Amino acid sequence: MLVRSLKSAALTSAVFALAGCQGGVLDPKGQVGVDEKYLIIISTLLMLLVVIPVIVMTLYFAWKYREGRNEVYAPKWAHSSKIETIVWLVPITIILILGVITWRSTHALDPYKPLAEKSDALTVEVVSLNWKWLFIYPEQGIASVNELVIPTDVPVQFKITSESTMNSFFIPQLGSQIYSMAGMQTKLHLIANEPGTYEGFSANYSGAGFTGMKFETRATDNKGFDQWVASIKQDSPMLDDVRYGQLAQPSENHPVEYFGSVSDGLFHQIINKYMQNYNDWNTHSPHSSGESELSDMSDHSDMPEMSNTEATSSEHSAAQPAVTDVEGA
Amino acid sequence: MSLLGKLTLDAIPYHEPIIMVTLAIVGIAGVAVALAITKFKKWGVLWRDWITSVDHKRLGVMYIILAMIMLIRGFSDAIMMRTQLAMATSGAEGYLPPEHYDQIFTAHGVIMIMFMAMPFMIGLMNIALPLQIGARDVAFPFLNNLSFWLAAGGAILINLSLGLGEFAKTGWLAYPPLSETSFSPGVGVDYYIWALQISGIGTLLTGVNFLVTVFKMRAPGMKLMQMPIFTWTCTWANILIVASFPILTAVLGLLTLDRYLDFHFFTNEAGGNAMMYINLFWAWGHPEVYILILPAFGIFSEVISTFTGKRLFGYNSMVWASGAISILGFIVWLHHFFTMGASANVNAFFGVMTMIIAVPTGVKLFNWLFTMYRGRLRLAVPVLWTLGFMVTFTIGGMTGVLLAVPGADYVLHNSLFLIAHFHNTIIGGAVFGYLAGFAYWFPKAMGFHLNERLGKAAFWCWQIGFYVAFMPLYVLGFLGMTRRLNHTNNPDWNIWLYIACIGAFIIMIGIVLQFIQLYLAFRDREQNRDLTGDPWNGHTLEWSTASPPQFYNFAELPDVHDIDAFTDMKEKGIAYSRPHRYEPIHMPRNTAAGVLIAAAITAFGFAAVWHIGWLALAGLVGSVAFLIQRAYDNDVDYYVQPDEIAQVESQHINKVEEATA
Repeated sequence: MLVRSLKSAALTSAVFALAGCQGGVLDPKGQVGVDEKYLIIISTLLMLLVVIPVIVMTLYFAWKYREGRNEVYAPKWAHSSKIETIVWLVPITIILILGVITWRSTHALDPYKPLAEKSDALTVEVVSLNWKWLFIYPEQGIASVNELVIPTDVPVQFKITSESTMNSFFIPQLGSQIYSMAGMQTKLHLIANEPGTYEGFSANYSGAGFTGMKFETRATDNKGFDQWVASIKQDSPMLDDVRYGQLAQPSENHPVEYFGSVSDGLFHQIINKYMQNYNDWNTHSPHSSGESELSDMSDHSDMPEMSNTEATSSEHSAAQPAVTDVEGA
Repeated sequence: MSLLGKLTLDAIPYHEPIIMVTLAIVGIAGVAVALAITKFKKWGVLWRDWITSVDHKRLGVMYIILAMIMLIRGFSDAIMMRTQLAMATSGAEGYLPPEHYDQIFTAHGVIMIMFMAMPFMIGLMNIALPLQIGARDVAFPFLNNLSFWLAAGGAILINLSLGLGEFAKTGWLAYPPLSETSFSPGVGVDYYIWALQISGIGTLLTGVNFLVTVFKMRAPGMKLMQMPIFTWTCTWANILIVASFPILTAVLGLLTLDRYLDFHFFTNEAGGNAMMYINLFWAWGHPEVYILILPAFGIFSEVISTFTGKRLFGYNSMVWASGAISILGFIVWLHHFFTMGASANVNAFFGVMTMIIAVPTGVKLFNWLFTMYRGRLRLAVPVLWTLGFMVTFTIGGMTGVLLAVPGADYVLHNSLFLIAHFHNTIIGGAVFGYLAGFAYWFPKAMGFHLNERLGKAAFWCWQIGFYVAFMPLYVLGFLGMTRRLNHTNNPDWNIWLYIACIGAFIIMIGIVLQFIQLYLAFRDREQNRDLTGDPWNGHTLEWSTASPPQFYNFAELPDVHDIDAFTDMKEKGIAYSRPHRYEPIHMPRNTAAGVLIAAAITAFGFAAVWHIGWLALAGLVGSVAFLIQRAYDNDVDYYVQPDEIAQVESQHINKVEEATA
C-alpha cells in the first residue's frame, strides 16, 4: 500500500510541477507542439483505462487471497474460456483505438509535411557542427550560429544536415525533433504561435561538447524579424569557405555569431562534401580498375539519398553533379 | 610498432584519482581473495570443481556471481552519474568532466545489459531449465562451459579498460560516425567492440545449446505443451537469441572493418551510411530486451503458481502470448529511430506493431492476476518481487506504448522520459524477475535458505528507491531534459535531479542489504539447510531433486504426465520412491578446454584493442589449437555406477523422510 500512496504522491506532485513550470513539451508555444501535447494526454488517459484496474486488481487479489484468510481455494482451477476471452479482448480493444489514433496522428504530424503553402513558409537551413548549430537563411542571405530567430505564426521549413557527427535538432516547446546526418538532408516543419524565447539543443549525444550544444530560439513578430535580419546584414561578415572552415573546427559552448551574407549554395556544398570526397577517393584508389566496378560503386553512392529519409530530393539539383560524375567516369 | 603495440605506461590513468582509488580497492580485494584461497588450500577445488566444471548447476552459480560483480560495477557508474547530475546544476560543472562522464554512461549501459542482466538471466536458466525438463545436463555441456568463459572474457576486457586506456565515449549504442576512428581515435570503442563480440558469441552458443536441450532432452512423456512455463519463456528467448545475435556479430564486424581496415560501411566519407548501423544495431537491440524480459515473465509465472498453491491460469495463453511477444519483438525495431526521417507510413506501421505487443503482455498480467484468484498466496520474498513487478511494469508498459506513438516520440525521444521508461521495464521487469528467481531457486542451488527478513527489507529499498529515482526522470523528460547531459542550467530541473539522486542511494541500500543477506545465509547455513529439496511445495521437477541437486540430477529419468509434473507425482504418491535397482548414468567429464579457449580469445581481443600483433596471432592460434586438442580428446565421459547412485539416493530420501516425519 505504501507503494501506491507513494506513487500517487509522485504523480500529484508531478502534475503540480508540470502545471507550474515554464518550458518543456507540456508547455508548447506552437501548433505542432500543442497537437503533440494533446496526443500524449489522450493516449495516456486511454491506457489508464486498463492500467489502473490492473494495478488495483493486483493489490486487491494479493490482499484478498493471501494465506491465512478463509477465502475460497481452488487449486486446480486454471482455465475459464470466458475470462480468457475477456483478457484478450480488453487490451485488443484499447490497442485498436490507439492504433487508429496512431495511424492518423503520425500522418498528421509527419515532420516532412509542410504546414502551409510553400510560398508562405520561411526556409532555414540547419547545420550541426561539433559542437554548435549553424542556421542559414537562404531567402534572406544571412546566417547565425547558436541563435535562431523566426517570425511568429509563419510556418518554418527546416532543412537539416550535419557537418560531422549525428545530432538531433530539437526545440521542445515548438514540437518534433529530427536527426541531422552528414551527407544527407532531413526536413522538419514547425511553427511558433506565441512570441518568446525557447530553448533549443541537440537531443542526440555527439561527443565531448554535446552538453553545450544549445541555442536560443526567439520568436518575434514580422517587424522584429525584419529588423533582426537588417541589422545582421549591415554589420556582420560574410560566411565564405574560409570562415566556414574555421567554424567547422570543434569548439565547445560556442558564442552567438552572425554572418551578413553567405556564399552561394553553401548548404548543398556541405551535404555534397562527402560525395565529392568519395569521388576523389575513388579516382585515387589504386584498387579501382575497370568501368564495371565503378558503376557498381555508383549504385552504392545512392545510399545517403535513400528514399526513406527523402534526403536530397529532386528539387536539390545541386546534389546531382557529384553522382553523375561518378557514373560518367 | 613496438612489442606492445599502442600500449604504453601512459595508458594508465594516473591523473584520475577516482579510477586509481577504485583500482587500488579492486587490487587489494583481489589479493585478499587470492590469499584466502591459498590459505584454505582451495585452488585445487576451485579449478577441478568450478572453473573446469561442465555441470549446468555450477555454471549457473558462476554466471550469477559474474552478474553480481558486474552489478556492483554498473551500479557504481549509476550512482556516480546521479551524484554528478545532482551536483552539476545551475551551471556548476560537477566533479566528472565529460572525458570521464561520457565513458561512465557508456560503461553503465553496456555492463548492465550485457554483463549484469544477461549473465543473471542465463545463470538462472542454467540452474533451473535442465532440472525442469528432467534432463541430466544440457545438450552440450562443454559448450556451456565455453559460453560462460566467453562471457567472463568479455567482462574482463571491459574492466581492463578502466585501468588501461579508456572505454568508449559514445553511449552504449556506439552510433557511427561518432564511433568511427575519425571521431573516436582512442581504444575505447575497440574495447567496446571486442567485449561485446566475445561475450555475444558466448550468448549465441548458449542459445543454440539450450534450444537443442529443450527439443531433444525432455524427460520421457513430456510434450512441448507440458514444459514448465519458465522453460517455455526461456525457449522463446533462446529462439530470439539464435535469430538476433548473429546480427550483432555482423554489425560489430562491419564496424571493426571500418576501424581496423579502413572500410567505409558507416563513415561519412566514401559512400558509408551510419543509418545502416543504427538499423542493424536495433534489429538486434530490440529483440535483446525481449530476451531479457521473457525469462523474467516465466519466473513470475512459476512464483505466482507455486506460492498460491495453484495451477497457472491459462497455460496455453501464456505460451502463445510469449510466442507472440517474441515474433512481434522482431518487427518493431524501427521505433528506436522514428526521428530519423522515415515516412509517415513506415513510422505509423512500426508504431502500431509496437503497441500490439501490449496485447499479449496485458494477457500475461491478467493471467497472473487470475492465478492469484482463489489461491492461497504466501507473501514470501519471491512473491513480493512479483507483486512489485506487476505494479511497476504496468506503468513501464504504459509509457512504452506512449513512446510507440510516433507523434509523442517526436518530442519524448532521447529525453529522460525514455530513460525512465526503459529502466522502468528493465529494473521493474527483468531485474525484479531475476531477483525473484534468485530468492526462489537459491535454496535449490545452494542447499540452504536466504535470510527472509533481510530479503524483504532489500525488496522494499529497491521498490521505493526505484520510484524515487525514476519517477522524477519522467517529469524531467516532460520538462525537456535530454539524456547524456554532463551538467544542466535550468532551475526548474534541480529539485527532480536531487530527488532522483536520493532514489539511487535508496536502491544502493537495497543492494547492500542483498549482499548482507547473502553473507548471513552463508554464515547460518547449517541452521537453514533445505533437507527435503522442496522448500516451497513446488510444482515442477527441479523440486523433486535434493538441494543442491545430485550431480547427475535424476537417478532415474522421471515419467511426465502433467504440466505440474512434480505435483502430479506427489498426488499419485510416487514422489521419493526407491527403485529396486539403478542403471549406470552416462556423465560428461570436466574439462579445461573451455577456459583455455576463452582465455586465448580474450587475449586476442586485448591484443586487437592495442594492436599487439604477436599476441593477437598467439591468441588466435591458441584458441584453434585448444579446440583441436579438445576435438581429439576421447576421454570426455564416464559412467556413474549403480552402487554409488544407490548410496546418494538413499541418503537423500532418508533426509526427506526424517524432515517430513
